Amino acid sequence: MLDTFIIPLLKIVVLLNAILISVTFMVLMERKVIAWAQSRLGPMRVGPYGVLQAIVDPIKLILKEDITPVKADKMLFSLAPILSLVPALVAFAVVPFGGDELFYVADINVGLLFFLSVTSIGVYGIILAGWASNSKYPLLASLRASAQLISYEIAVTMTLVSLILTAGTLSMVGIVEAQLTDGVWYGFVQPVAFVLVLIGGLAETNRVPFDLPEAETELTGGFHTEYSGMRFSLFFLAEYANIIVISAVTAILFFGGWLRPFPNVEALAFLDLIPGWIWLFSKIFLFLYLFMWIRATLPRYRYDQLMRIGWKLLIPIALANIVVTGIVKVLV
Amino acid sequence: MDSIEAYVPILLFVLVATGFALFTLIVSALVSSSKYNKVKLEPYECGIEPETDARDRYSVRYYLIAMLFVIFDVETVFMFPWAVIMDELALFGLIEMLVFIFILVLGYVYAWRKGALEWV
Repeated sequence: MLDTFIIPLLKIVVLLNAILISVTFMVLMERKVIAWAQSRLGPMRVGPYGVLQAIVDPIKLILKEDITPVKADKMLFSLAPILSLVPALVAFAVVPFGGDELFYVADINVGLLFFLSVTSIGVYGIILAGWASNSKYPLLASLRASAQLISYEIAVTMTLVSLILTAGTLSMVGIVEAQLTDGVWYGFVQPVAFVLVLIGGLAETNRVPFDLPEAETELTGGFHTEYSGMRFSLFFLAEYANIIVISAVTAILFFGGWLRPFPNVEALAFLDLIPGWIWLFSKIFLFLYLFMWIRATLPRYRYDQLMRIGWKLLIPIALANIVVTGIVKVLV
Repeated sequence: MDSIEAYVPILLFVLVATGFALFTLIVSALVSSSKYNKVKLEPYECGIEPETDARDRYSVRYYLIAMLFVIFDVETVFMFPWAVIMDELALFGLIEMLVFIFILVLGYVYAWRKGALEWV
C-alpha cells in the first residue's frame, strides 16, 4: 500500500508542483531573455526586476473571465485544454531526475516509447480545440498544427531508433546507465541524431522557427484564439510543460542525464560531489535557454518550407542514420 | 520492473493531472468574473460578423499528410523492438532490417515521385 500508492503519489505531487513553478518562472525567463536580446528591459514593475511577475500572472489568469463562444461545441471546447495538458504532464512520469528510485515516478522498460506515445496524444487537444471553437482562424491553425506535429513526429521517432540501437534499451534510466557504462554522452556518439531531435523538438513544441500554428500575423493567436481565462491557461501550461519535458528528454538521451561531464575521465571525479539532479537541471536550463535564444534570433519558415524540411530532409537523414548506426554496430 | 505494477504510478499520475486540470477550472469558474456581452460571444473574425460557418472545406493535403503519417509511423514502430535486441540479432538482424528499410525507401521514393510530399 505504502510503496504502491502513497510514495508515488507524494512524488507525483512534488513533481507536479515543480513543473507548475518552473513554467511560471520560465515564462518570466523567456520574456526577460527576449527583452535583453532586443535591448529592452522586459518586465520590471512587479517586484525587483519583475521577478514577482511569475506569481502575479497565474493569479491574473485565474481571475479572468472564461468565455465559451455561442457557436462552439460546449463539451469538446472544455475537453480540449484538459486533453492537451494531461499528456504534457504525464510525460514527466518516465523522466528520471536521478539514478535512485527516489528521483523518478516510474521506470518502465518501454519508457522512451511511452514518452513518444503520450506526447503525441497532445495533438488531439489541439485539433479538438480548433474544431470545437467553430471559428476560422483556430480551425486553420489546428489543421496546420496537427499536420506539422505528425510530420515531425515521424522524423523524431525514426531518429530515436538509431539512439536505441546505441543504447540497447528503451528504459530512460537504462539509457543513462548505458551512457555511464560506455563512458560517453550519446550526443557525441550520435551527433546527427541529436541535431535532428533538437530540430524536431522545436517543431513539436511549435517554437520559432516552426511556430506556424500560432503565426500571429496571419492566424491571430493560433488554435486557442477563442480561448480565454483558465482554459487558455491550461493550453499555455501544456505548451511550456512540453518544452520542459522535451528539454529534459534531450538532456537525458544525449547529454547523459544526471551524469557529470566526461563520465569516463577519473580525474574529474570530484565533480560527482555535485548531486546528479543539479547536473540534469542545469542541462535542462541550457536547453530552455537555447530554445529562447533561437526564438529571439530566427525568423519563421513558410509552411511549404516547413513541410519540405520535415518530409524531404529530416526523414532521409534519419533513415540513413539508422542504417549507418546498424552497420557500425554489427561490424565494429 | 516488467510487471504491471510499474504502471501504477503512471495511472496515478494521469488521475492527479486530470484532477489538477478540473480543479483549476472549477476554482477559476468560482472566482472569475463574468459579464454578458453578445459581441464577446461571437467567433473572432477581426471584428467583422462571420457570415459563413467556420467548418468549411479545407485542403486535401492534410488528409494526405495524415495517411502518410500513419504508414510511416507504423513502419517506425516496427524498428523499435529490432533496435532493442540488436545485440543478439547481430548480422542476421542487420540484413533483415536493411531489406525492411529498402522496402520502406521504395514506398518513400514512390510517394516523393508522385508529388505526395509537395505542399505547393
